[in-house]
Amino acid sequence: MDPAPPSATPGPPTPASYSEVEASPEFGELRHSYRVFAFPVTVAFLAWYLLYVLLSSYAGGFMATKVVGHINVAFVFGLAQFLTTFLIAWIYARYANARLDPGAEALKARLENRTASVGLDPAAEVPGARLENDATLEDRS
Amino acid sequence: MTTGTINLAAEAAASEHRTLIITLFSVFVVITLGITVWAGRQTKDATDFYAGGRGFTGFQNGLAISGDYMSAASFLGIAGAIALVGYDGFLYSIGFLVAWLVALLLVAEPLRNSGRFTMADMLAYRLRQRPVRTAAGTSTIVVSIFYLLAQMVGAGALVSLLLGVTGEGPKRLIVALVGIVMVLYVTIGGMKGTTWVQIIKAVMLILGTLLITILVLNKFHWNPSTLLGAAAEKSGQGHKFLEPGLKYGIDSTSKINFISLGLALVLGTAGLPHILVRFYTVPSAKVARKSVNWAIGIIGGFYLMTIALGFGAAALVGAAKIKASDKSGNTAAPLLAEYVGGGPGTTGGAILLAVISAVAFATILAVVAGLTLASSASFAHDLWANVIRKGKVSEKNEVITAKIAAVAIGAVSIGLGMYATKLNAAALVALAFAVAASANLPTILYSLYWKKFTTSGATWSIYGGLVSSVALVIFSPVVSGAPDSLFTGSDFHWFPLGNPGIVSIPLGFLLGWLGTVLSKEEPDLEKYKELEVRSMTGAGAH
Repeated sequence: MDPAPPSATPGPPTPASYSEVEASPEFGELRHSYRVFAFPVTVAFLAWYLLYVLLSSYAGGFMATKVVGHINVAFVFGLAQFLTTFLIAWIYARYANARLDPGAEALKARLENRTASVGLDPAAEVPGARLENDATLEDRS
Repeated sequence: MTTGTINLAAEAAASEHRTLIITLFSVFVVITLGITVWAGRQTKDATDFYAGGRGFTGFQNGLAISGDYMSAASFLGIAGAIALVGYDGFLYSIGFLVAWLVALLLVAEPLRNSGRFTMADMLAYRLRQRPVRTAAGTSTIVVSIFYLLAQMVGAGALVSLLLGVTGEGPKRLIVALVGIVMVLYVTIGGMKGTTWVQIIKAVMLILGTLLITILVLNKFHWNPSTLLGAAAEKSGQGHKFLEPGLKYGIDSTSKINFISLGLALVLGTAGLPHILVRFYTVPSAKVARKSVNWAIGIIGGFYLMTIALGFGAAALVGAAKIKASDKSGNTAAPLLAEYVGGGPGTTGGAILLAVISAVAFATILAVVAGLTLASSASFAHDLWANVIRKGKVSEKNEVITAKIAAVAIGAVSIGLGMYATKLNAAALVALAFAVAASANLPTILYSLYWKKFTTSGATWSIYGGLVSSVALVIFSPVVSGAPDSLFTGSDFHWFPLGNPGIVSIPLGFLLGWLGTVLSKEEPDLEKYKELEVRSMTGAGAH
């Protein structure tokens, strides 16, 4: 179903196009790339944080072990929590820029411009569509 | 020299720094109100009012997020806690920081892509509007009021300590003034004005903290180990001061209480309404991600500096002097500033004390403005426009309602803040985090990532998490049955932990699941597909 004539300006996508995209292999791949990073990393940093909390509560002797001068294991672990947080944030930003954003942009372009670019080859429509997309985005902001 | 002249000199110095504090703070208020008026002139429609026109950059919003997040509780509270109980004070900041990864990896981008102005926008996308907006609006307002009260109580306490005024009258006057200025920021400047207030405050706070940190480290020849050693020695606790356990390691109850707090801190941030609405102030999910990354860098750096502040205060000022000024240690940072500026009675000391005190006031003011905006937006957009008026209301009417709600919320928090001075600010903040983690986070995660989630699941989870966390605190030693309880006359406590998270957070998740599998309601799978595609790609995003 395509209610708008081809000459119409790009409007909000219809629900039909959403479920089409949802079923597409490109979207499946995007969702997989996101989840395969975000879910295990979330489990990992929460486990690491809980380990730290539990060690602080129940392993006082171990945490009190001196490392250098007055700096003990508790400080090293605490600062390591800071370090892993910075590191995960940085790695995720890099991962998302490289692995998530291009796929998301392409799908977005396909959804927001489908009525305007009827009949075009989906691969060919992407660059032009992205430009229009950016324009509408700027209008909104 | 007689004692009389010493007292006179001290008195003169005190009034000198009082004048300085008031002058600096007034300058901050005047400048930010000027910016608010300028932002108000550019605020034309609902998107401007609720989301600052979605025109902020990642760096600007990162600063604003940090401004919203680094409350007086974390600035004065953490520095004070470290100064008094050593390592255990530092545990707070780790939970507060790691929590941002939940927001970064699971919440910020999908929320930005699928919502317009409030947390409930995203939930209402696939669930039934009215019940879910009512529930989310209620929990938003409850979390915000607890958080607001914490800041108000803190403001009152701070003023009496730093300005040397005693008695309830001046305290109430300050609470009222803070309330009035915050309502002015919100009603005149909307999100644009409030965001600039946060940015200015964040910059002031970072620079102020950085200056004190440099002065402290310089005194210890830039050797952190020397600083820690001096702090341990002066604390009288020896190496115990540098190890976990002084505060939370007393018995098995206090250990579980600490784990409970840790859970609420790490899971609460991504459910705090005033943080969630910040993601709407940028043009896209990609910029939302950038702003969270900036925030992680800024907030992390700030918490690292609070370590130097806290241990510096313990080493240089000393616990005895800090406790004499304020039992819970809230004045450790200002007292440290006075010390590194040259000590009491010196011009340098007076100037630094005044600067840090003014920064603390600015911090409180900015945080309460952010909270007022988030809660009044949720009232107007969720409860008024979409539940009471069923969407039949103009944008203009909605924004006017939000402004009226801001005045009402301001009045309520001024009223409560004036008379609730006995409440413990840290306990209130911990409660706000617990409610956010128990009531808001389960529903946010289920609606984004669980296909079969239903409206019943959402309402069970939100109300269940909200009621259980508040009820457990009411029946905990925070309210009755302990020497520092709210009510000392009677004892009706049966829940041993001051922090309810360890029970209420799993309960919130469990109820969301139970409500979904027990109800006969069919999940709207088509709508879920739409939400999934929108949240991942940004198609159709506002």
